[in-house]
Amino acid sequence: MTRLTALIKKEFIQMRRDRITLAIMVVMPLFQVLIFGFAINTDVKHLAAAVFDQSLSRESREFIEALTATEYYDITCAASSLQEITDQLQAGGVKAGIIIPPDYAAGLKNGRGSQVQVIVDATDSIAATSAINTAQLVGESKSREILVRKLRAAGIAGLETSALDVRIRPWYNPDFITAFYMVPGLCATILTLTMILTTSLAIIRERERGTLEQLMVTPLRPYELMLGKIIPYIAMGYTQLTVLLLAAKLVFGVPFQGSVFLLYLLTGLFITASLGLGLFISNTAKTQMQGIILSFSFIMPSVLLSGFMFPREAMPTFFYYLGYLVPITFYLKIIRGIVLKGASAEQLWPQILVLCAFIAIVMSVSILRFKKRLD
Amino acid sequence: MNIAIKTDGLTRKFGDFTAVAGLSLTLPAGGVYGFLGPNGSGKSTAIRMLAGLLLPTGGSGSVLGLDILTQSEEIKKQIGYVSQKFSLYSDLTVYENLDFYGGLYSLKKTERAGRIEKALALTALTAQKDLPAANLSGGWRQRLALGCAVLHKPRLLLLDEATSGADPDARRLFWQLIYRFAAAGTTVLVTTHFLDEAEHCDRIAFIQDGAIIADDTPENLKASLPGALYKIPSPDPVGLLEGLSAQGHDMSGAYIRGQSLCVRTVGAPPRFAGDGTQKIAPALEDLFIYLVEKKRAKRHRP
Ligand SMILES: Nc1ncnc2c1ncn2[C@@H]1O[C@H](COP(=O)(O)OP(=O)(O)OP(=O)(O)O)[C@@H](O)[C@H]1O
Ligand SMILES: [Mg+2]
Repeated sequence: MTRLTALIKKEFIQMRRDRITLAIMVVMPLFQVLIFGFAINTDVKHLAAAVFDQSLSRESREFIEALTATEYYDITCAASSLQEITDQLQAGGVKAGIIIPPDYAAGLKNGRGSQVQVIVDATDSIAATSAINTAQLVGESKSREILVRKLRAAGIAGLETSALDVRIRPWYNPDFITAFYMVPGLCATILTLTMILTTSLAIIRERERGTLEQLMVTPLRPYELMLGKIIPYIAMGYTQLTVLLLAAKLVFGVPFQGSVFLLYLLTGLFITASLGLGLFISNTAKTQMQGIILSFSFIMPSVLLSGFMFPREAMPTFFYYLGYLVPITFYLKIIRGIVLKGASAEQLWPQILVLCAFIAIVMSVSILRFKKRLD
Repeated sequence: MNIAIKTDGLTRKFGDFTAVAGLSLTLPAGGVYGFLGPNGSGKSTAIRMLAGLLLPTGGSGSVLGLDILTQSEEIKKQIGYVSQKFSLYSDLTVYENLDFYGGLYSLKKTERAGRIEKALALTALTAQKDLPAANLSGGWRQRLALGCAVLHKPRLLLLDEATSGADPDARRLFWQLIYRFAAAGTTVLVTTHFLDEAEHCDRIAFIQDGAIIADDTPENLKASLPGALYKIPSPDPVGLLEGLSAQGHDMSGAYIRGQSLCVRTVGAPPRFAGDGTQKIAPALEDLFIYLVEKKRAKRHRP
């Protein structure tokens, strides 16, 4: 116990002396959550669009207004030829081109129907998807509007309501605010990133400075060394969590449905699992450079596999199951569950158990693998 | 007789390379022992095996009666080790370093504080106790490392080139400390490149290419130099050496020292000796040169 407290005290002193790293550890997560939170928005609005309106009628203007009213399209260019639209798309000046034929108004009037062509730059599939959906929706609602108007003119009424009424109720995030979904995931990603990186360097740094050799000739036990390297950083992890949650609440207005206490409690498991993983890397790598590269080669795929950005359900089976090997997959369920859905501990048992098992495994492997010898 | 260190054919290979080749020695408890040898001769490797930091690939050994293969954790509680590299925390103060190591040896608070005060006084670092270790110069750092290594009152001290990078005054101070520990009954094993430091030891082992080539007290070692040593003063010792070689004399045992040429001969003084030639008492350096040359000659013989 004396040995462990001595080690923890030493780590805290070193942490406190390294002011710059300390500042980075607190400020960097804040910047990351702000930048990612604002930048990641799968709901792509205000796409620059060029319009080639050959009809120049009241009807065509109505259609364009309906499109811009959705806020998904910003008409930035009134093209005067098809070629101009092609050029603009090619150059990237606009992301969509809207072509209204000369007989647009006439077609609507005489009941033959009209065609509007919307060309979308699909290199960015997320942006393209929302542009297409919007255009389709606007098209459908416009044509229904016209249809109803015509039927009424013909004396047929009572068709304003559809025959089939599917009512969709989006729970937990009714306004589809991307940030609500993204920010808790970001907290998880940022936490695991900094936690893995700090401990992955912890032992290598002592090895490179020659202090590990000195530690090895003392009666210090491997498990004491590992615990001593983890406990101080749990405190650091909680500091980061607090900064991140404050930003989530105050900047992004993420609603906290569940118990903040439970979130803190369970985040401790995730922090410890990440720190343990970092230690494992630290025991494997020989130089700090190797440690950093190893950490990133673990973090990047694990974030992708976890379902932070892309739903795991969409992944091929193999990758879906691969996601079960990384702790962040389970923690995402915990943090999103508690923050957005108000999940309780009973509902999160499987995740809690897996994280505990994960900690037990990485810690025992790190402790068993650590030999108090130089070779 | 109480034995501090005993090794038998202790060997350490790194791949195909043999760093320590069959080291056998017995050191009684008490006294100061020196491992003397050129760079890469295997001194640090040998000391690390004794400290339990490296496993031998052959042979056996015991430290303080404990087996180095199976009881290294027991050994670690009873030895103090200062490595060749500076291995304290430079971002911690002198006091914090001592406090940390005191904790690692499970010294309780009050006892620890007392021992730290003593160690600070002994190493003359009391005035510097709140200075970051990074701010200490070479000699001071080594004293701090020694202070950290003796807090738990080890029975054996292993000092690997503890005085490298220290100025003569700091080295003198350091050796004063070593004598104090030895006088208090601690066995001290030092490795060094410095011949004058080796003279301070009670017993020396010359190590070359991982093997002991001589092992005795400094006096006996010096007396073991065969033949007699002559010093020929000359304003131009280089010219003299080249001239004599050109005349066909065997100058293989001759070397320049300052403004004179040293020649070792077995039997009569060299024929070419001039007026000022003196017979001199051999120093450790002369023996060292002799042993290294002998070993080298043996190796080159087909
Ligand atoms: N871990 C290792 N892997 C490979 N070779 C090693 C290792 N450690 C030491 N050696 C080699 O073993 C030889 C002996 O090294 P050692 O450090 O024991 O010598 P030394 O006598 O202490 O030298 P110095 O006076 O320079 O400190 C050297 O040639 C060194 O390169
Ligand atoms: Mg050495």
